[in-house]
Amino acid sequence: MKLAEESFLTDDFLRQLINVGEVDIIVGLPTHNNAKTVGPIVHTIQSGILRGFPRERAVIINADGGSRDGTPKLVTGVSIDDVRPASNLRALRTLHSISTKYASSPASGVALRTILAAAELLRAKACLMMSPESVSIEPEWLSKLLRPIYNDGFDLVTPTYRRHKFEGLLITNFLYPMTRALYGLRIREAYAPEFGFSGRFGSHFLEQNVWNDGTEGSGVELRFTLAAITGRYLIGQSFLGEKDHIERSAAELVPVLRQTVGALFSALEADFPVWSAVAGSQLPPTTGADHEMLLDPLRVNRKRLREMFATGVAELESVFQSILSPSTLAELQRIARLGDEEFHYPAELWVRTVYEFAASYRKSVISRDHIIQALAPLFRGRVFTFLMENRNASADEVENNIEGLCLEFERLKPYLLQLWK
Amino acid sequence: MREMIISELSQALHEIARDFAHFLPRLIVMLILVLAGWAIAYAVKAILRSILRLIKFDKLSENAGASQLLAKAALPSATEVLSRFVFWVTLVGFILLGVRALGILGLQEQIAKFFVFLPRLFVAIFILFFGLLAASFFSRAALLAAVNANVPSPRVLSLALRTIIIVFVLSIVFEELGLAEQTMLVAFGIAFGALMLGLAIAFGMGGRDLARRFLERKFVRGKKEENEDELSPL
Repeated sequence: MKLAEESFLTDDFLRQLINVGEVDIIVGLPTHNNAKTVGPIVHTIQSGILRGFPRERAVIINADGGSRDGTPKLVTGVSIDDVRPASNLRALRTLHSISTKYASSPASGVALRTILAAAELLRAKACLMMSPESVSIEPEWLSKLLRPIYNDGFDLVTPTYRRHKFEGLLITNFLYPMTRALYGLRIREAYAPEFGFSGRFGSHFLEQNVWNDGTEGSGVELRFTLAAITGRYLIGQSFLGEKDHIERSAAELVPVLRQTVGALFSALEADFPVWSAVAGSQLPPTTGADHEMLLDPLRVNRKRLREMFATGVAELESVFQSILSPSTLAELQRIARLGDEEFHYPAELWVRTVYEFAASYRKSVISRDHIIQALAPLFRGRVFTFLMENRNASADEVENNIEGLCLEFERLKPYLLQLWK
Repeated sequence: MREMIISELSQALHEIARDFAHFLPRLIVMLILVLAGWAIAYAVKAILRSILRLIKFDKLSENAGASQLLAKAALPSATEVLSRFVFWVTLVGFILLGVRALGILGLQEQIAKFFVFLPRLFVAIFILFFGLLAASFFSRAALLAAVNANVPSPRVLSLALRTIIIVFVLSIVFEELGLAEQTMLVAFGIAFGALMLGLAIAFGMGGRDLARRFLERKFVRGKKEENEDELSPL
């Protein structure tokens, strides 16, 4: 038991952990006002443990960020007896559910740190982080994410999902291609709401200097995946099925960019010795499909996307002059003047834009948060082109386009290295 | 008569020689102070220049918008300007100390005033620099927020915020320097009031449609406007 963790966890939580004792499996559930969805999710988790791990000692740990809707009570109040009759299954060990309030406002970094510290104290062999918003969760998800760790010695298992071709556009147009090109591993969901990991890797990450680096734990899930790559831990992927669709408002794009783009740009500085030496990319061991796509028709206001791109390029010229090279800016200004039909934000220009943003972020040419915010209108322009290119495309054609973008990121990697010097 | 003249002349020459003998050490002290001051000022300039380069002061100045002002005035970089300024202030300080050592009565008071004014000058420069930095930072933050929220005329909003902050900073700087305090106070009041009135009229006139659309969206139940974020970015 480490002194740092002793002071970091509350006395009440430590008492609960001592009562639980050593366990084999921990399921971490970070929450904040999730009363509407958390009950069925805890039921499913319990059912998954009964089905997949009836002989193992397991605990569900809820790290709550100051819920006011009684979420923690719902987590600890769900009885396993409700699960047993339906599934006709019996656990041979007691299944505990405990809860702690880590702060009065949500912070994903602190929640993960709490669960990692608990996992280390309880000497858990395999751990799982679950999202309280994953309404499409199935009991099998637990086995799919935990079994490779518990039985096969994997250290991190990330999920892959069946998604609509126009869902997760930041992942398909930025996160997946860039992490793949720079770190050399084709992890589809490097920033996932649910993932499994070994106690060994959890302890390693707990000692990393990511908790007090000024980012307040923003995007820590992505840093977690990148730490597994740079630490040469064994990483796998597991196909879970359809990912639920949660509507997001326009205001949420910038916070999402901070959590993903900001976290990746921030990690690039520390990981330079690793990613600068990587060439090409490999597919990690994957159970099931590494992706699946839904092609249902979807109505999207594409015009607004292009307008916001054009407005952004015009209004933020002075900001872009500090971030982008004159040739990239000139090209963006040229395409910003094009109409809906002629508009095209090519993959090469998008990659150059992203790499120049990454280099400017490293050099802090202006406030780093402002650099991240400035990427939002350009991302909208890229999304517009992606939607136009793939509006009538089949799943294979969409996948080919994504693969083309990934290869462009890999091809232009020397450009980033050149900018980095 | 002749002897008297010779005696007076001799006495006058003696007095001059005595005064000069009294003055000469002071002059030497002054020259030593000026020379030492030059050496110290030069050393201070070199050290300051190294520190400013180390902390990337030019980049900070660029962010503050000060570099652009300097470039327009055909002046060197902010690091160079500040180091040269500190060199001359230090050298002038030592020259004045030297002059004070000469013991010329009329100059004493003026020199004392200069040394009292010096800290205020530094504080004013400090306020001006960080004020410009704050104006640049907050106006850019407003510009980015407005663009990402799709607010009409984001540059006007950003410029208005920048102007307000700069006017406010300048009024503090002039007050700190003690220059025409009353005039500055009145001028600031008029400028600030005019600016606020202008903004109120501009927002009132220009924002009618915006306010109507906002109220319609808020209270009139109709078809939900579709937007790109119905597509989850993650």
